[in-house]
Amino acid sequence: MSTNMNTIQDLADREYKWGFVTQVEEERVSKGLNEDIIRVISAKKNEPGFMLQWRLKAYHHWASLEKAQAEPKWANVKYGPIDYQDIVYYSAPKQKPGLTSLEDLDPEILRTYEKLGIPLQEQKHLAGVAVDAVFDSVSVATTFKEKLAELGIVFCSFSEAAQKHPNLVKKYLGSVVPYTDNFFAALNAAVFTDGSFVYVPKGVRCPMELSTYFRINAANTGQFERTLIVADEGAYVSYLEGCTAPIRDENQLHAAVVELIALDNAQIKYSTVQNWYPGDKEGKGGIYNFVTKRGKCLGVNSKVSWTQVETGSAITWKYPSCILQGENSVGEFYSVALTNNRQQADTGTKMIHIGKNTRSTIVAKGISAGHGQNTYRGQVKIMKGATGARNYTQCDSLLIGDKCGAHTFPYIEVRNSSARMEHEASTSKIGEDQLFYLRQRGLKAEDAVSMIVNGFCKRVFRELPMEFAVEAQKLLGVSLEGSVG
Amino acid sequence: MSVLEIKNLHVNVDNHEILKGIDLKVNLGEVHSIMGPNGSGKSTLAQVLARRETFTVSAGEVSYHGRDLLAMKPEEAAGEGIFMAFQYPVEIPGISNAYFLRSALNAIHRYRRLDEIDAMDFLPMFREKLKLLDMDERLMNRSVNEGFSGGEKKRNEILQMAVLEPKLAILDETDSGLDIDALRIVAQGVNAMRNSELAIIVVTHYQRLLNYIVPDLVHVLVDGRIVRSGGPELALELEARGYGWMEAGARHATPA
Repeated sequence: MSTNMNTIQDLADREYKWGFVTQVEEERVSKGLNEDIIRVISAKKNEPGFMLQWRLKAYHHWASLEKAQAEPKWANVKYGPIDYQDIVYYSAPKQKPGLTSLEDLDPEILRTYEKLGIPLQEQKHLAGVAVDAVFDSVSVATTFKEKLAELGIVFCSFSEAAQKHPNLVKKYLGSVVPYTDNFFAALNAAVFTDGSFVYVPKGVRCPMELSTYFRINAANTGQFERTLIVADEGAYVSYLEGCTAPIRDENQLHAAVVELIALDNAQIKYSTVQNWYPGDKEGKGGIYNFVTKRGKCLGVNSKVSWTQVETGSAITWKYPSCILQGENSVGEFYSVALTNNRQQADTGTKMIHIGKNTRSTIVAKGISAGHGQNTYRGQVKIMKGATGARNYTQCDSLLIGDKCGAHTFPYIEVRNSSARMEHEASTSKIGEDQLFYLRQRGLKAEDAVSMIVNGFCKRVFRELPMEFAVEAQKLLGVSLEGSVG
Repeated sequence: MSVLEIKNLHVNVDNHEILKGIDLKVNLGEVHSIMGPNGSGKSTLAQVLARRETFTVSAGEVSYHGRDLLAMKPEEAAGEGIFMAFQYPVEIPGISNAYFLRSALNAIHRYRRLDEIDAMDFLPMFREKLKLLDMDERLMNRSVNEGFSGGEKKRNEILQMAVLEPKLAILDETDSGLDIDALRIVAQGVNAMRNSELAIIVVTHYQRLLNYIVPDLVHVLVDGRIVRSGGPELALELEARGYGWMEAGARHATPA
C-alpha cells in the first residue's frame, strides 16, 4: 500500500531478542518415551513412590491414546505430525551436588536470566516479586523462599515439594486436571520434570507477587512443567508466569499443566505473559504451546482469575478454565492473544458453573496481523444445580492487514433456567484512516499502531500487575513490528 | 511572508485526476476559504496538504515555509506545524482523549527537540482550552471520539488545534453536522486563536461558517481547478447564486 504502511514494514526485520542460546553443560536422557525414561526421570528427582506410580499410570493412558491416534484435532490450527519418540524428555544444566545458594549456580545461567531482565539476586530484584526460575527441565533458583516461609507460605520447585510436602502434593496433584483429561495432560503427567509449587496457608495474604520464569534452552527437547497452587481458606496469592526460548529452525513442544485450587474465601490471581519463540516470518521453527490450565473454586466465595497475554509460540492451544464449584464463587478470564506472521492461536476458556450464584466474566481480545490465524474458543456451562449463575462474555477481534484471520467459537450450555448470560462480540480492523489521523497529530506510524492496539487491549491490561502491564504493552509493540503491509 | 505556496498541483486517486493544476499562496496571519460543490476536490486538497499518502501527486510543487511539503510524512508535517481538523474524526477505543492529546503534543515536542510535558503541567493548560470550547471535562477521560456526538467530535478537533498550536490549520468541513450553537462555539474558538503567526484554510461547502470566521480570501474550486478568487463578498454571492453559474464557465477560467 502507501508508505504509511511501509514505514511499519521496515521495522519487520528486527529479531526476536530473547532468541540467544546459553552454553551450559547439559545432562540429558536419550530420546524417546518409554517406562524406563519415566523411571529415570522419577529417580533423578528422588521422588516418593506414589509419584512414580502416578506417572506410570499416566504414561500407559497416554500410550493408549497415542495408539488410538487420539491427539486432539479439533483445534483450528495446522501442523505436521509430532514424533513423540524424537523428543528428549529430560535435559538439565549440570549442577554441583548439593546446590544451596546462588553462588553455586553456573554463572552462565545467572547471566541468562540477567539478560532476560530477571535478575535472580534478591537485592537486585524488583521489590515485591519472588521468582522461581525454571531452565529446561529443572528449577534452578527460587528467590525470597525464607522470607515467605516465615508466613508459612511454601514457594518452591515442584521437585522439592514432592520431597518435602508429599501430603499436600498427593492430595491435590491431578485433582483439577487428572491425567485422563486430555492427550497433552496425560503426556505431561507422565514426563513432567519440574515447575512451581505454591501453598498459602489459612488466612494468609501473600505479601509479594510470586512468579515463575520458564526458559527453554536445550535443543530437541520438550519442556513439560507442572504448576500447582493451593490457596487455603481465606488466603490470597497473585502469581505471574513468563517464558522465552532461543531461535531454532525445528519446532519444540511445550506441554504444561497448571492446577489451581481455591478453598473457602480464597483468591488466586494468575497472570501469564507468554513470549515463546514464534518461528520466523515464513513460519519455520517456533514453540508448540499445548497447555492445560484449570482452576477449581472449591470453596464458598472463592475466586480464580486468569489473565493472559499470549504473543509468542508458533501454535498456541490453551484454555485456562474455572470450575465454579463453591457457592458464590467467581471465575474470570482476561486474554490478549496476538498472532503475527504465520503464528496460529486457538485459545479461550471454559467456565463450568456448578455451585449456586456462581459468576464468571470472560474478556477475550484477539489481534491478528500478517498471515496470523487467531481463534477464540470458549465454553460456558451452567449445570442443573447452579441456580442464579451469571456469565458475561466479551469477545473482540482486531485485524491488521488483509491476509490474517479471526475466528470465534463460543459454546453456551445452560441447564438451569435462572441463569443470566450476556455475550458481546465485535470485529474491527486498523484502517489507513485511523493511522493517518494519529500521524496527522504527530505520532510516528509504529507508535500509532501501538496506541490503537493498546487501547484495544486496555480492559485486559488493567488486570495485570503494574510491572507486568508495562512489559506487556512493550512486548505487544515489538511483536507487531512489521505487521502492517 | 508566505506560509504556503502551491504551484500547478495535480493529484490522482486510483488513476483518476482529482486536482488539475492548483495555484495558491497563503501568507502568515491570513484566513483563506476554499469553497466548492461536492466532488470538486476540496477535501483532496486538504488531505494532500496534511500529507495523506493514499493520493498520488502527479505534478506540481508545494512549499511550506520554504520547504518541500510533498517530501514530508504526515507526522513530519504535523511536527512542522500543520494541523488538519478532520471532516470525519476517527474513534480510538481504550485511549482517553487527554492521554491522546498529551501524546500528540509530546510527539510534536520531540520532533522540535523541546522538553516533553508531564501530566501535571499539561492539565492546567488543557483545562483552559476546554473552557475556550465550552467542553465538559468529563469528555476528556472518555476514549477518543468514542460515543461523541457529531458536534462533540468537531469541537474536539478544534480543541486539539488549540492544544497543538499549529502554524497552518486546515479545517476540512468543520461546519458539517454542527447545529447553529455548536457552530458559533467552534467559530469563536477558532477566532480566539487567530493571530499574525497562524494561517488558516477553511474548507467548506456552505457560506454560513464564514459569517463567523471571516476569511481574507475566498477561492472557488470547481472540477479540480480554482475558478475564481475574491474577498468575503464572493462567498455571499455563491450563497445567493449557487455554484452552477461558475461550473459552466469552469472550463475556460484561469486561476486568480
